[in-house]
Amino acid sequence: MITFLNLIFMAAVSAAVLAFVAASAMFLIWWERKVSAHIQTRFGPMRVGWHGALQSIADAIKLLLKEDIAPSGRDKLSWWLAPFFVVVPSIMAFAVIPFGRRLIPADLNMGILYLMAITSVGVIGIFMAGWGSDNKYSLLGGMRAAAQIISYELPLILSMITVVMYANSLSMQRIVEAQSGCWNVFHPSLALACLIYIISATAEVNRAPFDIPEAESELVAGFHTEYSGMKFAMFFIGEYTNLFIVSAIAVTLFFGGWQGPFLPPVLWFLIKTYGIVFILMWVRWTFPRLRVDQLMAFSWKVLTPVSFVNLAAAGLLLLRR
Amino acid sequence: MKDIYTEEFLINVGPQHPSTHGVLSLELRLDGEIVIDCVPHIGYLHRSFEKLAENRTYTQFILFTDRLDYIASMNNNLAYVMAVEKLLKLEISERAKYIRVIIAELNRIASHLLAIGTFAQDLGAFATPLFYCFRDREKIVDIFDETCGSRLTYNYMRIGGVQFDLPKGMDRKIREFIAYMRPKLDDYDWLLTHNSIFLVRSKGIGVLIKDAAINYSVTGPNLRGSGVKWDLRKDEPYLAYDKFEFDVPTGENGDAWDRYKVRIEEMRQSLRIIEQALGALPEGDPTSKVGRIYKPAPGEAYMRTENPRGELGFYIVSDGSVCPYRLKIRAPSFSNLAVLPELIRGLKVADLICVLGSLDILMGEIDR
Repeated sequence: MITFLNLIFMAAVSAAVLAFVAASAMFLIWWERKVSAHIQTRFGPMRVGWHGALQSIADAIKLLLKEDIAPSGRDKLSWWLAPFFVVVPSIMAFAVIPFGRRLIPADLNMGILYLMAITSVGVIGIFMAGWGSDNKYSLLGGMRAAAQIISYELPLILSMITVVMYANSLSMQRIVEAQSGCWNVFHPSLALACLIYIISATAEVNRAPFDIPEAESELVAGFHTEYSGMKFAMFFIGEYTNLFIVSAIAVTLFFGGWQGPFLPPVLWFLIKTYGIVFILMWVRWTFPRLRVDQLMAFSWKVLTPVSFVNLAAAGLLLLRR
Repeated sequence: MKDIYTEEFLINVGPQHPSTHGVLSLELRLDGEIVIDCVPHIGYLHRSFEKLAENRTYTQFILFTDRLDYIASMNNNLAYVMAVEKLLKLEISERAKYIRVIIAELNRIASHLLAIGTFAQDLGAFATPLFYCFRDREKIVDIFDETCGSRLTYNYMRIGGVQFDLPKGMDRKIREFIAYMRPKLDDYDWLLTHNSIFLVRSKGIGVLIKDAAINYSVTGPNLRGSGVKWDLRKDEPYLAYDKFEFDVPTGENGDAWDRYKVRIEEMRQSLRIIEQALGALPEGDPTSKVGRIYKPAPGEAYMRTENPRGELGFYIVSDGSVCPYRLKIRAPSFSNLAVLPELIRGLKVADLICVLGSLDILMGEIDR
């Protein structure tokens, strides 16, 4: 009986997470279009609903009704599975995101390790899409994505480890609680880690100036060139869900998570997360794109050594405390 | 391990591709991301203008020149009507000369704005600089709209003058535009010119050395980017250009960034020229007084002008009838494109797009 209730509870939580993912992705797509438009002296969507607020829903309906075109030379299995490999891990990552004091789908005691593992799976989906499409642009995009994401995983994880050292726990809730006095970003030995995290996270979600896998001016649309209809929509949802996830992780690790005065914790969490998302959008619509080798060089020659030094320095400071 | 081998990758960039600036097809041989060779294929936009000219009267052909370099139509009109005037040995009024200078320089700014906007887009600054450039270009297009009624293909220059005089209050409007545009150019410096990502992407990429530039007969900002101080407005002055003070900006290394920088500087110089021309605008009637049908004496004439993209030349042979016997167009983009394979061997795919963008070619005048 208990197991049955547990099952119902789990199903309810999953449904809630899925609903939030869909709503959030739709909101982010609309918001990005509005933000980019206003940066570019345009209005963006204005017709569907108030200031185009229902535009995402209209787009979703359009994509649902679209014909699913598949290239004849595709590799069937990887072609079909690729969108799922991109979307499913990014939804699974929600399991350990703390939205509030008790509002976390599952407070695993090794939550951050789970996050590191689960967010690395997405690259397999991207590579499968690049390989399975039987398109040279897609293949180039997929290869670039694999190289880029693997390169930036290292500084990303090193910066997360610095936080774990200070919080003395792998649990996301404990990390948030450890910041009740002072947010990690204002902590002298963790501020650099925060910067490294945000840079690597931008690369991890393939956003400008690191949007090399999709590089429209070079590779048409990169790994998802051949996808249309709902499969394309899944890549799109995956992209915006990842954007939310990396921002949520940044908030949890460096910006005090759901903590804040006056407003309820959930609201604080969402305000902070969407704040980080806004910064990532702002960067995307301002900067040109790096070249693929410059991107690799930046990761291996600058970011990785710096994060190692940062990790060692943070460790030394911790020992002296 | 013996079974593992790598092979060259043949890829067709275009004719449908976001960054080929029209219907250009590039056949690339790639080793991974490195370009081994590149063969540009042209001809997708061929409309047979040179042949069409043989069945049109001299006046009728003006509107075809609009469709050559459709970003800088005024300059094309200008080069053509000046070639015909040379053939007819026609003198035009001073006011017409000044108006032509003002209009041609405004058009040069519009064209360069588009060039740097698309260049930034090619470097991955997704649409933002492009939209800023379009915002500023819009002001010029509005000025043209009021002057001649068109926004893209103007058909404004006439043999012996221009179609209409400048409308009332237009000089104030153009002055307002100059005041508006100067700080905007500084904005572009902030947004792009000194942006570190922009610098690493374009500095030292696609270096066109002086001698190669001359040998390939590259002209315009691309030639000046390589450090050759050659500008027809200075070296072979036409209209009233010898009466104005302006500099000819040149680059140092001949890389993509230098070509971009030359364009930015040229816009500043164009604003200077427009300001001086407005100040000294003579009175009179600039419209053409010579009718529509001409029968030039048998003979030939060649006239070249400094277009935003380089030297545009019209070579006209007359047999004494109302139509040209033969008309040859020397389009700057054609030569500028020819140098592309030379520049990109050994570079990355991303650099190819960067170099192509920095050359600022336009398929309309390559295919003619």
